Amino acid sequence: MSPKGIYMDNNATTPIHPEVKRVMIETMDLFGNPSSLHVFGRQARQLVEEAREKVASFIGASPEEIMFAGSGSEANNTVLSAVTCQRKQCAYHQQGVNEIITSTIEHPCVLEASKCLQERGVNVLYLDVDQYGKVSLEQLRDLLTERTGLVSVMMANNEIGTIQDIKGIAEIVHERGAVFHTDAVQAVGRIPVNVRELDVDFLTLSGHKMYGPKGIGALYVKKGAPFCPLIRGGHQERGRRAGTENTLGIIGLGKAIEMRSQEIKSDEKRLLELKAALKKGIEENIPDVLFVGHPTDCLPNTLNVSFEGAEGEAIILYLDLEGIAVSTGSACATGSLDPSHVILATGLPAECAHGSIRISLGRENTMEEITYMIDTLPRVIGKIRDMSTVYRRRLQ
Amino acid sequence: MTQASWAYTDTVKEHFMNPRNILMDEDSYKEHGKGVTGNVKCGDEMIVVIKVDKEKGTIADCKWKTFGCASAIASTSVLSEMVKGMKLDDAYNLSAKDINRELGGLPDHKVHCSVLGDKALRMAINDYYVRNEMEEKVKKEEERVVCKCMNITDQEIEHAVLEGARTFYELQEMTKVGTGCGECEQEVTQLLETYKTKHFCEV
Repeated sequence: MSPKGIYMDNNATTPIHPEVKRVMIETMDLFGNPSSLHVFGRQARQLVEEAREKVASFIGASPEEIMFAGSGSEANNTVLSAVTCQRKQCAYHQQGVNEIITSTIEHPCVLEASKCLQERGVNVLYLDVDQYGKVSLEQLRDLLTERTGLVSVMMANNEIGTIQDIKGIAEIVHERGAVFHTDAVQAVGRIPVNVRELDVDFLTLSGHKMYGPKGIGALYVKKGAPFCPLIRGGHQERGRRAGTENTLGIIGLGKAIEMRSQEIKSDEKRLLELKAALKKGIEENIPDVLFVGHPTDCLPNTLNVSFEGAEGEAIILYLDLEGIAVSTGSACATGSLDPSHVILATGLPAECAHGSIRISLGRENTMEEITYMIDTLPRVIGKIRDMSTVYRRRLQ
Repeated sequence: MTQASWAYTDTVKEHFMNPRNILMDEDSYKEHGKGVTGNVKCGDEMIVVIKVDKEKGTIADCKWKTFGCASAIASTSVLSEMVKGMKLDDAYNLSAKDINRELGGLPDHKVHCSVLGDKALRMAINDYYVRNEMEEKVKKEEERVVCKCMNITDQEIEHAVLEGARTFYELQEMTKVGTGCGECEQEVTQLLETYKTKHFCEV
């Protein structure tokens, strides 16, 4: 069978929604600077603000609480980097914050930003996760002190899909008077997210994880939350992020969110069906597999599975040759042999972390594609296990 | 949809799809020498077994198994073909660079995945000597401490070069070599050049 391009890597990025594409092409010629007073500017401003309203209403925020950013990573960095602000008027500086708490399974942009804070003198504490990738509220209570300024815990994990009890975490954090940020890049658009119900202070979302364009993200900043801009030099985004707005990206994100609000319910149901069929097919056709992540508190589209004795990058590349695109948690393909920090954090052995793949479905996947995957995978895994030094031990 | 080019050459791809000489009959295969290297915890492991034509002193057969990525699979597949009929000494002296040349080159960041096969082969050859009472022919790969302050050996420097270090500063970052008194800088720089030439093709 020749490669036909079955895309099952939607946690990496998603194909653009046809409606988003249409709207972006339609507005491509509206080049005006939203800050300009003339008609060109006003047209652009109107579309940007309409998009802001759509984003806000989708997550239960007010439009003025939405700040557009260049990416989810930028939004996350904005929140974290503010902690070390030394300006006298900055809330963090006034509170004398020198400690933050995050988790061991965050996206690298949060982990690296935290490491940088540590190098700048901030005490960074890490929440562990259990075998399903859940943080412990008990440990959070233990770690929180009056020195804690900020807690950042992701809503849904990109590698294993585990969803955290964000509402419970926010409650505990607020009891101790700290500020709470959640990186919800993988969650918004896939599961219902309401910032008021969750009571978070900051929330990050990203356009290209929900069938919108790349290069656009947004940060929810609760009214009154201590904020300090990462990018200075302009009044845009209420002075929270300088730089001429990415109008086309913002309009695309607005449309993507509008489409999510219409499709999220039916998609969720369909994705759960596809995932259940895929899981069943793998269980029935391949021995010695281990599903990683929480059995129920998990993104409807994400299935992380480890095949004993089979190395992840080899699985990815054989599947690629069969026309199926999935990914590995491990960074082997990009040059490092380090196993997935997320899977190691769940306490599974390193060989699991080296041998797991992430299948992340999207709105375009069909049951035929799932069937093709189930037909293909056993052959690929069998081939790799035939030449595996690890799997033979099991047979002996 | 246009097919984006693979990060690997056609030869690598072909060997990855159709790996040669996999050790499927491990229990009944009466090998004359066996080498095992790598570590599953680090993400790759390799077994190489050989049969030797004792009259000619050449490798008659070579088979292998691995827990490894595409580069490890392809490079060991190529290696197992290259060494058949080769004199033991010549096979022992094969380097990762020789294998990579045969493969048409690997991306630099994957070269470190490909050195397991030839390492396991050298171990298999040594194992053959030991089994046949030719211990005097066993070649040892001795480690030598280069940086006395930080207790860094030449093998650790070689490993760092394979992992991507290209300058003295990068070696310092990765191994802490030369971050004490700094006297070893000249020697380390020479080793750096040696290992770059040994493992990587000219740009």
